[in-house]
Amino acid sequence: MLEKMKEKVVQTQLFKSVFRHGYPDNELNQAYVVFSNIFLHIHPVKVRRSALRMRYTFCLGGITLFLFIMLAVTGIWLMFYYTPYTGLAYKNIKDIQFVIFGGNLMRDLHRFAAHGMVLFVWLHMTRVFLTGAYKAPREFNWVVGVVLLVNTLILSWTGYLLPWDQLAYWAVTVGTKMASYTPFIGQNGPWGAQLGVNPTNDLMFMMIGGTVVGQNALIRFYVLHCVVLPLVVTVFLAVHFWRIRKDGFSGPL
Amino acid sequence: MENKAVREIFPRDAKKSYGLVELMKGASPIVRKEPEDTVYTWPNLIMIELICALLVTAALILLVQFEHAPLRSLADPSTTPNPMRAPWYFLGLQEILVYFDPWYAGVVLPGMIIVGLMIFPYVDTNPKGVGYYTYSERKFAVFNYSFGFALWWITIVIGTYLRGLDWQWYWPWSDKLAHMNPALVTLVPLHIVFVNLLHVSKDVAKGFCDIIFLGYFAVGMLIPYFFMRKFYDSMGAGRYITFMIFFLSMMGVGLKIILRLLFNIKYIVVTPWINV
Repeated sequence: MLEKMKEKVVQTQLFKSVFRHGYPDNELNQAYVVFSNIFLHIHPVKVRRSALRMRYTFCLGGITLFLFIMLAVTGIWLMFYYTPYTGLAYKNIKDIQFVIFGGNLMRDLHRFAAHGMVLFVWLHMTRVFLTGAYKAPREFNWVVGVVLLVNTLILSWTGYLLPWDQLAYWAVTVGTKMASYTPFIGQNGPWGAQLGVNPTNDLMFMMIGGTVVGQNALIRFYVLHCVVLPLVVTVFLAVHFWRIRKDGFSGPL
Repeated sequence: MENKAVREIFPRDAKKSYGLVELMKGASPIVRKEPEDTVYTWPNLIMIELICALLVTAALILLVQFEHAPLRSLADPSTTPNPMRAPWYFLGLQEILVYFDPWYAGVVLPGMIIVGLMIFPYVDTNPKGVGYYTYSERKFAVFNYSFGFALWWITIVIGTYLRGLDWQWYWPWSDKLAHMNPALVTLVPLHIVFVNLLHVSKDVAKGFCDIIFLGYFAVGMLIPYFFMRKFYDSMGAGRYITFMIFFLSMMGVGLKIILRLLFNIKYIVVTPWINV
């Protein structure tokens, strides 16, 4: 009976238009599922048996990607309740913490997944280094990886400002102050003043849209954190994964 | 790969340019693969990834039951917290600010760390050690990576646990609420040490310091060139110079930290524009 109903359903035009092949319980469909599914097709159809051993990669890159996805999901959730306005930002966070159902959980997950992502990017990089996986022909993918590391750090740091509390305000004040010490293009940097760089035209001014961290800085960091940097990371991730497949695996994978 | 079984079961016919290699069980062709070498990604690898993702999710949900994202009082431009700590992954750089001026610690050094990491595959000419964990086959590369990240993590630990009010050094057992007397430590540029020790004029002492600074890089550049010729030859001039600039700068950071902590040296080189 159930068998018959299932047979009826899978033969409909609707079902067949969505799923091009049957359940992957035979080798043909196991191959189909990987190369016809957009999310799975970053894998090869078959992998070496030894690739299933955890002790080579420890799944570190995969965990990093998963944390990034988790950050995107929780981050978009938080965006529904957050206004990048200095008069509201802090109150929004308080609401997320104390009023909104599940708010605390989502904010905590976002915070700790961010810590985790920084940590796992580093662990993944250490794994790649220790197994010599960055050597030819994979040199460029290592460079892409360093770009992703830097982007991860900047993502984390731009997100730091958004709660608009003392921690956020002063960490970003000090951080952007550093930019004013940049040689040549910072007001306090060596050869800055000599070149006519002042508080209203230096690198720090460009970063925070003013001479002190305020509304302009908040909206800049918000757009960078929620739109620009995640897009940049996504593009570089695509390149990163593409190159893994094209350049080949280093180890017993 | 020459398979034993292949030769035994299907001896190659000398008159034919083709031959039957092997019969295998299975529903799909295996081309240019060793027999029984591979497995299907679904479900073998997909399941591992799924389990991994579930474990990470579970661990995070468990963690946030005990630890919560911090939220201090509303941002107040008129009240500076003391001490003011950067996020932990930047605490290393904040700690380096004790040892170098901001233009170096906050801008040039982070830039050099990023570029230094990027160039690593291009200066590491050792072909060995790809695809497995090894220390003995690539000691120098592993040393460099470990040294750099040891500096990174040690400064993070110092910044997190050993710095207190006014970014002074506080032991875990020191009174965290009492300000340290900054007058206890007098920081001096290196040339003042020479003035006091050797009774030379300031300008002569500054000259010594410049020579020491440039000498560090010059001697550092030349020692491997003359005494470890194999190392130089394996890299070539371009790679060698690039690598040594980063290597000597990294070692220099370590040296400066030691000089500052043990001998209270503030600067090695003092010029009208920059101090290092």
